[in-house]
Amino acid sequence: MIIINTETIKGLAKDGKRMDLRGMLEYRSPISIDLDISFTAEGSAKVTMGDTVVIAGVKLSIEKTYGDTPDEGGITVNAELLPLSSSEYESGPPGIKAVELARVIDRGIRESKAIDLKKLCVKPGEKAWFITVDIISINDAGNLFDAAGLAALAALRTARFPVVDEKGVIDYKHKTDVKIPIVKEPLPVTVYKVNGQLMVDLTVAEEKAAESRLTVGCDAHGVISALQKGGTTPLSAVEIGHILDIAIEKSSFLRGVLDKFVKA
Amino acid sequence: MSEVFVAERDVVIPGEKLADGMDFLPGENTYRDNSGIYSRVLGIVGLSGRVLKITPLAGPYVPRIGDRIIAKVFDITMSGWRVDTNTAYSALLNVRDATTRFIKKEEDLTQIIAIGEYVVVNITNVTSQNLIDVSMRGPDLCKVEGGRIMSINSMKVPRVIGKAGSMIQLLKEKTGCDITVGQNGLIWVRGTAEGEYKAERAIKFIEAKSHLDGLTERVQALLN
Amino acid sequence: MAYTQRLDGRKIDELRPMDAKAGVIPNAVGSAYFKIGNTLAYAAVYGPREIFPRFLANPKKGILRCHYGMMPFSGAGERVRPGGSRRSQEISMVIAAALEPVVDLSAFPNAVVDVYIDLPQTDAGTRCAAICAASIALADAGIPMRDMVSAVAMGQVDGTIVADLNYGEESYPAVVSDIPIAMIANTKEITLLQMDGEITKKDLMAALEMAKVATQKIYELQKKALKERFIRE
Repeated sequence: MIIINTETIKGLAKDGKRMDLRGMLEYRSPISIDLDISFTAEGSAKVTMGDTVVIAGVKLSIEKTYGDTPDEGGITVNAELLPLSSSEYESGPPGIKAVELARVIDRGIRESKAIDLKKLCVKPGEKAWFITVDIISINDAGNLFDAAGLAALAALRTARFPVVDEKGVIDYKHKTDVKIPIVKEPLPVTVYKVNGQLMVDLTVAEEKAAESRLTVGCDAHGVISALQKGGTTPLSAVEIGHILDIAIEKSSFLRGVLDKFVKA
Repeated sequence: MSEVFVAERDVVIPGEKLADGMDFLPGENTYRDNSGIYSRVLGIVGLSGRVLKITPLAGPYVPRIGDRIIAKVFDITMSGWRVDTNTAYSALLNVRDATTRFIKKEEDLTQIIAIGEYVVVNITNVTSQNLIDVSMRGPDLCKVEGGRIMSINSMKVPRVIGKAGSMIQLLKEKTGCDITVGQNGLIWVRGTAEGEYKAERAIKFIEAKSHLDGLTERVQALLN
Repeated sequence: MAYTQRLDGRKIDELRPMDAKAGVIPNAVGSAYFKIGNTLAYAAVYGPREIFPRFLANPKKGILRCHYGMMPFSGAGERVRPGGSRRSQEISMVIAAALEPVVDLSAFPNAVVDVYIDLPQTDAGTRCAAICAASIALADAGIPMRDMVSAVAMGQVDGTIVADLNYGEESYPAVVSDIPIAMIANTKEITLLQMDGEITKKDLMAALEMAKVATQKIYELQKKALKERFIRE
């Protein structure tokens, strides 16, 4: 049973307070990243943020290049909200929440050109490397967006290309020490509005009390590379200004966590 | 020759052999197979005379008549409210069991209790198929207003209450909160934000550490 | 040439290194992970809860439903598309059948207990690891159970019976039989038995005998994982 405490959360938010006495702009602690949690993936990581646990795994394959980008590889992000991770999720094809999560992380990485796709090309017009990042929830205790973004980047950082034999067949059992050509590392920060107040790193009960949210992908230089507004209440331009300031600051905090656990 | 393999307060797992021989008797949550007595649940051993019983450390709540529970309204019907009891079985709260006030036929029931709100109710009937009736008429039964709801495993409810209510009394005194414990594991805590958080942490501690000796002293230390 | 030296140097009845922990998924009412060699399974229990669709309900007792899934990056080769396959459907069914004999849901008519098992990495023996993890998770959830179930992938590689087949042995270039077996801890009754390959009756009986010893070792670890949650301080 998912517990709802909406009225209390809203009432506290008005006074700048939270149920667990955290600051409005304070992440749960500690945040930790475990690496190489799947030896079958080319790169993998598990992020623990409070009670939230998310896994990301990277698989690499050689595919035919696309007609409009003959000298580029590609990257796709997929997300699954496992019924294992919450009583709210059901078996079956990904629901809209999983689709949105995948799309937002995808936008942060792919559309921001975080990966040098040209370097993935094996033979122009014929073959290139394609990257798939799978994001899997293990325990959804809120703020999957930020945890998933962190896990995806950690997995990409640790990924190593597998060996390819002379016939061009991938030997997934053996890895080279070649890394994925990451050119920038946007991390998503989701800022929610709860009873008019801005808040980060929400628990599930807090998410249910929120009116709207904005996920902001920011790289190390504070350049914004992805945005996604959620919720049915509008945000003013002034509020968006505040949210961007928070997101830029918090993405540098999360980048500190990433750097602490994963070598660039 | 009868032999017992466990001691009082040992933690045992399902299928663990507790004793052998006819001098011992299988009590609650145990079963006999040939001469052996085995546990049928994860729990703590209790040995009283020749009877072995197991107090479960976890497990689903089974609704019983007379239990006070906290439930969440998820639907409204012609005659009342359907509530989620935190079990596989929802319950019916009839209009006449919700209030002493006269309710007009066309009255909007959401004005009395809305979907998503919690109620403190008594179980008045349970059928063999676990169809449940609840009532909000009686002392300390009401709609939940203010404070916070939290949930623990229902098997830990007796530990949160303590012997003759000693633990709950301690929690109330040290946190300044009113605390209503539902037998189904839902708990309503109301006080200041700080007090509520303190109470929530202490209750979670009791849930996690209920197997330890001197629990009251440990909770006292945590709350000081 | 007979298979006398195992690929990873193990003795014929030796299991790969194992690890198990209960209570790893806070949202679930019971949970566990179980690792044997490089095969890792997470299991989470939800329920007893209302069953959907309703026509599946049994008015006499609750239903045990298992859901087995490999994460897309968990296979030995290319990425596996997520979502159900015939393979995962069948494995889910045999896992439920392996656990059902020990689980008592008579107090929960019309309800369901869902067990979700997902694997982030695999190296053979996945259904057995899944059963081991699920059994711990069910006990952790406080579901009434007559006993624990432990499972191991037995095998015969080029004439030699071995315990806990790994992927290298599964694909060994000779006749290989893969025999996943689940047993009830006290009685050593068999609740899962499958095989592909070819084997004589005599050898299969020998494999069952070896499985008794192997599952006993696994059982000891399952027990330890459950008791570790309640250590006296």
